Amino acid sequence: MKLLSRKAMCNSHGQDSSYFLGWQEYEKNPYDEVKNPKGIIQMGLAENQLSFDLLESWLAKNPDAAGFKRDGQSIFRELALFQDYHGLPAFKKALVDFMSEIRGNKVTFDPSNIVLTAGATSANESLVFCLAEPGEAFLLPTPYYPGFDRDLKWRTGVQIVPIQCTSSNGFQITEKALEEAYQLAQKRNLKVKGVLVTNPSNPLGTTMSLNELNLLVNFISSKNIHLISDEIYSGTVFSSPGFISIMEILKERKLDDTEVWRRVHIVYSLSKDLGLPGFRVGAIYSNDDMVVAAATKMSSFGLVSSQTQYLLSAMLSDKKFTKNYISENQKRLKQRQKRLVSGLEKAGISCLKSNAGLFCWVDMRHLLSSNTFEAEMELWKKVIYDVKLNISPGSSCRCTEPGWFRVCFANMSEETLKLSMQRLKVFVDSTTKTNHSRRKSLTKWVFWLSFHDCEIVNGER
Amino acid sequence: MAVLSKIATNDRHGENSPYFDGWKAFDRNPFHLTRNPEGVIQMGLAENQLCFDLIMDWIRKNPCASICTAQGVDWFKDIANFQDYHGLPQFRQAVAKFMGRVRGGRITFDPERIVMGGGATGANEQIIFCLADPGDAFLVPSPYYPGFDRDLGWRTGVEIVPVHCNSSTKFRITRAALEEAYEKARQDNINIKGLLITNPSNPLGITLDTDTLKSLVNFINEKNIHLVCDEIYAATLFSSPKFISIAEVIQEMDCNRDLIHIVYSLSKDMGFPGFRVGIVYSYNDAVVSCSRKLSSFGLVSSQTQFLLASMLSDDDFVDKFLTESSNRLAKRYNTFTERLEQVRINCLTGNAGLFFWMDLRHLLQHQTFEAEMKLWHTIVHDVKLNVSPGSSFHCQEPGWFRVCFANMDDETVEIALKRIEAFVLQGKEIENTTTKKRLLPNLRLSFKSRICEQGVLSPHVMSPHSPIPQSPLVRART
Repeated sequence: MKLLSRKAMCNSHGQDSSYFLGWQEYEKNPYDEVKNPKGIIQMGLAENQLSFDLLESWLAKNPDAAGFKRDGQSIFRELALFQDYHGLPAFKKALVDFMSEIRGNKVTFDPSNIVLTAGATSANESLVFCLAEPGEAFLLPTPYYPGFDRDLKWRTGVQIVPIQCTSSNGFQITEKALEEAYQLAQKRNLKVKGVLVTNPSNPLGTTMSLNELNLLVNFISSKNIHLISDEIYSGTVFSSPGFISIMEILKERKLDDTEVWRRVHIVYSLSKDLGLPGFRVGAIYSNDDMVVAAATKMSSFGLVSSQTQYLLSAMLSDKKFTKNYISENQKRLKQRQKRLVSGLEKAGISCLKSNAGLFCWVDMRHLLSSNTFEAEMELWKKVIYDVKLNISPGSSCRCTEPGWFRVCFANMSEETLKLSMQRLKVFVDSTTKTNHSRRKSLTKWVFWLSFHDCEIVNGER
Repeated sequence: MAVLSKIATNDRHGENSPYFDGWKAFDRNPFHLTRNPEGVIQMGLAENQLCFDLIMDWIRKNPCASICTAQGVDWFKDIANFQDYHGLPQFRQAVAKFMGRVRGGRITFDPERIVMGGGATGANEQIIFCLADPGDAFLVPSPYYPGFDRDLGWRTGVEIVPVHCNSSTKFRITRAALEEAYEKARQDNINIKGLLITNPSNPLGITLDTDTLKSLVNFINEKNIHLVCDEIYAATLFSSPKFISIAEVIQEMDCNRDLIHIVYSLSKDMGFPGFRVGIVYSYNDAVVSCSRKLSSFGLVSSQTQFLLASMLSDDDFVDKFLTESSNRLAKRYNTFTERLEQVRINCLTGNAGLFFWMDLRHLLQHQTFEAEMKLWHTIVHDVKLNVSPGSSFHCQEPGWFRVCFANMDDETVEIALKRIEAFVLQGKEIENTTTKKRLLPNLRLSFKSRICEQGVLSPHVMSPHSPIPQSPLVRART
């Protein structure tokens, strides 16, 4: 008898994907300004490290939250015992207010409709468990966050069918693409239960347009299916056009309290906006009481630590702090994105015009030896092993066009970003020279590269 | 088209079980020493509230264990950013060391095998996802923790096949019972993937002896199935015999270690259910690897990992804590059992856990589960104690109840005991004046009317993770 489960033996956790392999390479040879200046610079990690000083200064002014105290009295015992899956009321209130604030207070959220989960990872999985049976499907626009293959499919047994988006229109979702995806699912005998979008988009770094949002509402209405809007990057929108939440659209179209209203669910987290991925704070927001009830019970498998709920309830209830944080954080992201974009430009590389997120969607198609994914992999390996930058190849995000890469900019210092751009420029300049020689040389180079790979893999930090 | 999934709409989360009826009664009328002295006393919650003073003292003396204090804030950025599912190395090391200490230093645990889970709830689900496919089954000795129905089966699609243990063998798991359950499953075409035990046992409050443990290891080895040992109550040992972990037993046995897995948590031993610290420890490398990937769905907050890494590495504190906790649990257990004995209520002789397994068979009108439920409702609504009926633990014999004793202060203990004594003595008075042995007629009447009023037997939504109404946190306003 097989010792382990099928889930344990399969690859659905997705960790064999190139997305994670780049991380592994980085782990073996990580850049450090002082200790390892020739190491690999991590640009594959969508972390927000730009605004910790704001959090730290808040902590300095608020010792009670730090010390398990309220009004000077210790509440350690109550917190240590608090395992109610309904969550700390004060925290849920503060969280929904924060979500509203990010949306310019154009929508309000009801704390009793929010479910706390251990990160967005858990939120997405639990929602899919609630909405679909094993073997059913969700439609996702490509390119999408590689982790979705694990989060939405692995334990749930649900399938993902891609909605193909292309560079011809800035990777926007079209009605045609939606219909084609739906038909594809039908052909594969997969019952479609819903659409999941990330807005702002990972990896594109763009907010969804009014048109796309309306298309989605029309589509889910006509097909009688769900819509999950993962708005984990909603607080990272740093320039126009602004962020429009799906809730706003529903409100504007006077769809409150309708069937459609109840089929729209939002996923949120503090991992990106506040830069706190370690704290595992995720949330599901739904207008459907049954979804809220089921997801609440499921959250037993991944509740947010009460210690963390308490700290963040104090922090997010401080409206002065949140106002300042949201705007300052956006300013810094904007500035940093500009630096990346101009650095890329100097290397003759353009990217999709973006207004959000912690990364840019970079166009390196002109550097491919051929318009294929093999060539994309070749290029990616060069960037990892020679240029020593860990960036994420578009294929790992299921992009249908080779040559696009996601490059993160908010998880390093300015100097490191500058250095990464310098390395890239050097590489591009040398590549341009090399491309002028014959195909034979390129083949030799690829061969040399794969030999070189082994050396790096076996090397120590 | 069906809007929600079967998982979302079925009953396998188990929250419609009558187990939660008592919680509802408590929730509506919670006891408070001064504000509501006639309220229902919560004795259905297996929490360890006896040693918070020690912990709080440690926290006051160790401000650098927090990433939010002036002393610890330099760590804030790195810790807040740390989402590596391997967990903080210092956290894993501290947990491994703590687990070893709890077992008297007789075992060393490898920090590299420590994998996180969202509390033991998450950890148990996680290990089942690794070991079994939908439709497979795990043997679980009954009586067992009601939450297992949800944790092992709800989203995994795995079934539980109970292994019946009864009072004739002091609820020990016998080889015969295992074989019977296994054989029956085989005949029913159910694929048994493993055996899951809780040691020390919930709800029995006893540790398993070496012979039983060896016999379990032999059993699973022969059948080539897994053994998952939920050792969540390991440090709640308060008297002899000592706690023997499966980790110790396999050291002296020839067995396939790839089949051996331990689940742990700090919710009971330390009294930290709110911090959601679950641990999966496996001797099987592939399971460690898979489980670690699965832990993405329920990692421990890095803020909490950091705090606990510091606390559990403090050897002096840990030693003091374990000794003192054990003493306090012993005292509490003895207080209850001695007083209950005086009113002829016996319990299974226990040596661990946060509860005792009380024998009320002699108070049942008939040896049936209906009678047990009747008695239970009387205890909840008239004696005003929320205890847990054995049937909610899938016990095969009516009349047993689990009573928690570590989640209240001394004054409340006294009141609870007085109520029980009053109830039993009243029952005896009536017995003396009637020809038939029966329950208090007055109470039964009022109990009956309650059923009609409150629809007590109707399904509702409560949870083992339910709120503690007197907690200021629930009533908190921003």
